[in-house]
Amino acid sequence: MTAMIDVADARKTFTMHLQGGIELPVVRGVTFHVYPGECVVLSGPSGAGKSSILKMIFGNYRCDSGRIGIRHRGALVDLAAAEPRQILNIRRSTIGYVSQFLRAVPRVATIDVVAEPLIVNGMARADAQARAGELLHRLNIPERLWQLPPATFSGGEQQRVNIARGFISDLPILLLDEPTASLDAANRAVVVELVAEKKRQGVAMVAIVHDDEIRHLIADRIVDVASFAAAA
Amino acid sequence: MVDQGSANLDTLENDQPLLVAQSLSKSFGRIAACRDVSFALYPGEVLAIVGESGSGKSTLLQMLSGQLAPSGGHVSYRMRDGVTRDLTTLGEAERRFLFRTDWGFVHQDPAQGLRMAVSAGANVGERLMAVGWNHYGRIRETASDWLTRVEIDVARIDDAPRTYSGGMRQRLQIARNLVTEPRLVFMDEPTGGLDVSVQARLLDLVRSLVAELHLAVIIVTHDLAVARLLSHRVMVMKGGRVIETGLTDQVLDDPREPYTQLLVSSILPP
Repeated sequence: MTAMIDVADARKTFTMHLQGGIELPVVRGVTFHVYPGECVVLSGPSGAGKSSILKMIFGNYRCDSGRIGIRHRGALVDLAAAEPRQILNIRRSTIGYVSQFLRAVPRVATIDVVAEPLIVNGMARADAQARAGELLHRLNIPERLWQLPPATFSGGEQQRVNIARGFISDLPILLLDEPTASLDAANRAVVVELVAEKKRQGVAMVAIVHDDEIRHLIADRIVDVASFAAAA
Repeated sequence: MVDQGSANLDTLENDQPLLVAQSLSKSFGRIAACRDVSFALYPGEVLAIVGESGSGKSTLLQMLSGQLAPSGGHVSYRMRDGVTRDLTTLGEAERRFLFRTDWGFVHQDPAQGLRMAVSAGANVGERLMAVGWNHYGRIRETASDWLTRVEIDVARIDDAPRTYSGGMRQRLQIARNLVTEPRLVFMDEPTGGLDVSVQARLLDLVRSLVAELHLAVIIVTHDLAVARLLSHRVMVMKGGRVIETGLTDQVLDDPREPYTQLLVSSILPP
């Protein structure tokens, strides 16, 4: 079986020019791969670089060296060396990302925030909205809120909108940064179900989860980020 | 297996740049306002040029849109017939035609892009007449449609924009530019003179129109929030040079150059 994600010897350091050019090593030697249908959970203490690795796989953070191999439309692409246009294509058709916080566009209705990833991939608006509605319903967002922009929602509601937006597409790779952090037990269970469905569809996932119970329920393998610690 | 979604967004058409800048430079006397700028813009792509005033971003926009002759370098543009032309070889009439049809230019000050004393409907209709429309009823109908799209009450169609608020004027300027379905729109600080609440509404509108019409946009702004919301790619300018360029979220979340880090760190938290 071919890996969907193949990270090899990736390294990341921040240089803080406004603080006299100090170097903040984040991670080095990051090497792991993820196969279709499995969920790899990154573990390690806070500050170990878990989110940074996720952001490197999404192309949001640059890599100083190493390779971020992504299987995109049947070919292996090194995201660390890809052009911006290619990264955007990869995000549209291959990699989804559920961040911790929703970066909402001011006036857009919740239902459209969720449906957008399908619409940009060419689905008719009505069909995309129908699917968005199903997911919002499963995640217990009451229908009376669907036409409102999520900016005024509670933290937990916003996170569920974010999850719906992340899970709606049929993308072969999904990155999850603390998807259950501010959810109650019922909604955590929905997320666990959604992850299981994605596995059955062959989606390769990388997740950060602090909750031991959830980690236990979704992880097929655990990668210990502490072994990539950059500080000597 | 996983359905990877439709692939029609990467058609061959999109693999050819629409506009290419090669080593563009401009000096005013001894002052180099813009030095050695090169990039390619593809159909449907939104490029933000950011930097402080005096960084050369407006000079660059003027050159890209053929309004200022470069001291060095070239700008080429793929015309609707598929032929790529160097802007300097276009005659004045050809350049004006391009501006009336395939290009738009949204100025910071709407008064520069509108005729303030004629009606809103005429402001929009004029662009259509310039490309040969002559049926009054259809022109008026299309103008009304566009007013609706930019959220201006059609009841105001016969009023002159000098009776409009700043936000309405800016939306009218956008309608005037987009009515001929251009492929490329230049924007110079389009939210610059507006109140914050009015800005948000305008940005939302521009964002959805750009996606719907698959417009390529080159937007000059000093506001990184505008760049983040609208653009795919960003070029950071300082002292007439491009000092950093890349995917917008990458440059803003992981800035590499000292000056970019300074710009990013100067944003007030929302």
